[in-house]
Amino acid sequence: MKLTGWGNVPVLDCNVSAPRSEAELKAVIARGHAIARGNGRSYGDSAASRSNTIDMRNFDRMISFDEETGVLVAEAGVLLADVISACLPRGWFPLVTPGTKLITLGGAIAADVHGKNHHIDGSFRACVDWIDLMGPGGEVTRCSAGENPELFDWTLGGMGLTGVILRCAIRLRRVESGWIRQQMIPARDLDAAIEIFEDNLGATYSVAWIDCTATGDRLGRSLVMVGEHARATEVAPQHRHRPLHVPARPRRTFPFPLPGFALNPLTVRAFNALYYWNGKRQTGISTVDWDSYFYPLDSIAKWNRLYGRRGFLQFQCVLPLERGAPGLHALMEAIAGSGQASFLSVLKRFGPQDSPISFPMEGYTLALDFPNTRKTRDLMPRLDAITLAHGGRFYLAKDARMPAPTLARADPRAAAFAAWRRETGLAPAFSSSQSERLKL
Amino acid sequence: MTGPVLILGARSDIARAIARAFAAEGHPIQLAARHAENLGTDRDDLQTRYGVEVSLHDFDALEVRQHEAFVDGLPVLPEIVVSAIGVLGDQTENEDDVEAALGVIRANFEGPALILGVLANRFATRGSGTIVGISSVAGDRGRASNYVYGSAKAGFTAFLSGLRNRLARQGVHVVTVQPGFVNTAMTAGMDTPGALTAEPSEVGEAIVNAVKKGRNVIYVRRIWWLVMSIICAIPEAIFKKTSI
Ligand SMILES: Cc1cc2nc3c(=O)[nH]c(=O)nc-3n(C[C@H](O)[C@H](O)[C@H](O)COP(=O)(O)OP(=O)(O)OC[C@H]3O[C@@H](n4cnc5c(N)ncnc54)[C@H](O)[C@@H]3O)c2cc1C
Ligand SMILES: NC(=O)c1ccc[n+]([C@@H]2O[C@H](COP(=O)([O-])OP(=O)(O)OC[C@H]3O[C@@H](n4cnc5c(N)ncnc54)[C@H](OP(=O)(O)O)[C@@H]3O)[C@@H](O)[C@H]2O)c1
Repeated sequence: MKLTGWGNVPVLDCNVSAPRSEAELKAVIARGHAIARGNGRSYGDSAASRSNTIDMRNFDRMISFDEETGVLVAEAGVLLADVISACLPRGWFPLVTPGTKLITLGGAIAADVHGKNHHIDGSFRACVDWIDLMGPGGEVTRCSAGENPELFDWTLGGMGLTGVILRCAIRLRRVESGWIRQQMIPARDLDAAIEIFEDNLGATYSVAWIDCTATGDRLGRSLVMVGEHARATEVAPQHRHRPLHVPARPRRTFPFPLPGFALNPLTVRAFNALYYWNGKRQTGISTVDWDSYFYPLDSIAKWNRLYGRRGFLQFQCVLPLERGAPGLHALMEAIAGSGQASFLSVLKRFGPQDSPISFPMEGYTLALDFPNTRKTRDLMPRLDAITLAHGGRFYLAKDARMPAPTLARADPRAAAFAAWRRETGLAPAFSSSQSERLKL
Repeated sequence: MTGPVLILGARSDIARAIARAFAAEGHPIQLAARHAENLGTDRDDLQTRYGVEVSLHDFDALEVRQHEAFVDGLPVLPEIVVSAIGVLGDQTENEDDVEAALGVIRANFEGPALILGVLANRFATRGSGTIVGISSVAGDRGRASNYVYGSAKAGFTAFLSGLRNRLARQGVHVVTVQPGFVNTAMTAGMDTPGALTAEPSEVGEAIVNAVKKGRNVIYVRRIWWLVMSIICAIPEAIFKKTSI
């Protein structure tokens, strides 16, 4: 069956099975070269193995939720969206969430995802109490910071290459409402944006949408958005009697893949300019529902069709704090100079992170997406080189094309991970198209 | 009304989605299946997600002489019953092997029809209730590729239609569900056309809706009504030479 990640490239012909029990799962793993697949929201080929892709979405049961402590035990195929539906009405929200709720808990752990609060709360790891992991022989190991810590450490951010996550216990955050108080702060250029991030390190959430099409002294102009969970008393009067309840948003489906020329540098430039000026008019504080705040793109199902059949490429790197500003300048200049335009570009400040293979490090992360054209494919290695020159590294959940030497140079941890996998027999029992390309 | 919902064949993907859809509306759920004891995580799931009461019940549709006792053993007589029981079987095997064909006919027609008949009588006595039977578009017209399964479903569809007619004036409603393709274990490995293939959750939501609105016959996805109308309109002289 043909599989792709969210970016729609590469398209791989894969053998896919969807086990329904641990016994079935064990038998499938035994075939070798196995990789678990969650909801397919990673962009490239992380969740695909030509010979043995395991769709984990049948493991989608919530096992228990403690309303006193906010600890949820659930199977790995449960969607974050379902966690929110079940737990928000009881006053709990995920501690860490990426920009889409349509991911599984297994995917959140394997990529050790980050949210807009990384600078305060860290990555998804911060909310994981324990994981049950099925190994090459079908054996199930419970791992946590205290029990089998090495396996736990490599599993968070290990991109499915340490085994198949069966279930986990995660801790949620207590909230009084389903609303976020958001403040929109325009930044005229990159340095202004960085200054705003540094001034707002105490805010729970911060993220910037950055206009990658602006040049010259507007290079890096942005809208920085900071947010806090609204207290019950801060919710708009018409919703205050049920502060945890947010009226459902209409859902639309992007009807068909747009023709390739629809998103060209000109239309992207126009969109970005409009977005900036529109955002600038909304400067100040507003109260936004959780769904619109955290998951603006989820309201349009299949929005990736915007890029047409050729698909699109994500680029996400993180630069260490001390070299963030010059590195970002260099990246933005390279993009602006290439004449290629990133439709949606997001900048975010990471806090410290201490784990052996997860993506984040203290500094700035930039996420870009480009239509998959020859010109943008040529741009990628230049962005790689700038990232390397500034001591940065790359997010595997977004990667579809990086060559192995680039990863090796960016991230010495990759070689250690690969060696550990071989020693423990996890390679080649577990492998993805990505791990083969990157020699993990 | 959020009375208890009994789900027969509760392990199936479609049944799980139906249980969730009713539980999300606050209905207590009775899960009935063979080897109900290993539905523990499904019970936990419904309780955790929706905070409703869930009970597990052993049930084999083919043990037709035990049906009365099964219903007597339920904690309360449900408000709504849904049957998701069915066996697709293998058509070529069914052509040669009487036991295989008998299994398919019994599991799709005899078993589900008789248990719903028992519940129908109880509901009629009480004067309320809703019966939901999952049949299949395969029952709308017999085709070479699966007519053993299809004819059993046709029998089940006719049974539901008769039941609805009989109970219409006794406060009991009957819903016939005609799924086309659904993405489940039953169709795993089959290359079904995307636009015609429903997710189990769509079936669940469609059933909750049909019960609320008192619908009689629903197709999921709806397009299947049109597809089957066309297939049924083809004259037999032509149809017999096709391979649809
Ligand atoms: C619109 C959008 C916004 C996003 N925003 C962010 C963001 O803000 N921050 C961020 O960090 N990420 C973000 N992402 C990326 C996304 O959160 C990750 O790629 C996540 O891993 C996807 O989860 P999934 O369930 O879809 O997993 P998949 O994409 O199916 O798989 C991802 C990885 O997880 C592994 N995996 C999945 N399930 C299991 C399991 N049961 N056991 C072992 N391994 C498993 C796979 O092998 C694979 O390596 C975004 C993605 C999209 C589409
Ligand atoms: N999937 C489709 O495309 C499709 C299309 C049209 C109609 N349908 C119908 O939808 C219903 C659900 O099907 P599904 O797709 O979810 O497939 P499924 O997983 O195969 O479900 C069938 C269920 O019937 C149960 N069952 C079979 N014989 C039984 C018996 N003697 N006693 C008790 N339970 C019995 C099975 O229980 P065990 O777990 O104990 O085996 C199983 O849970 C079926 O009626 C099917 O015919 C499905």
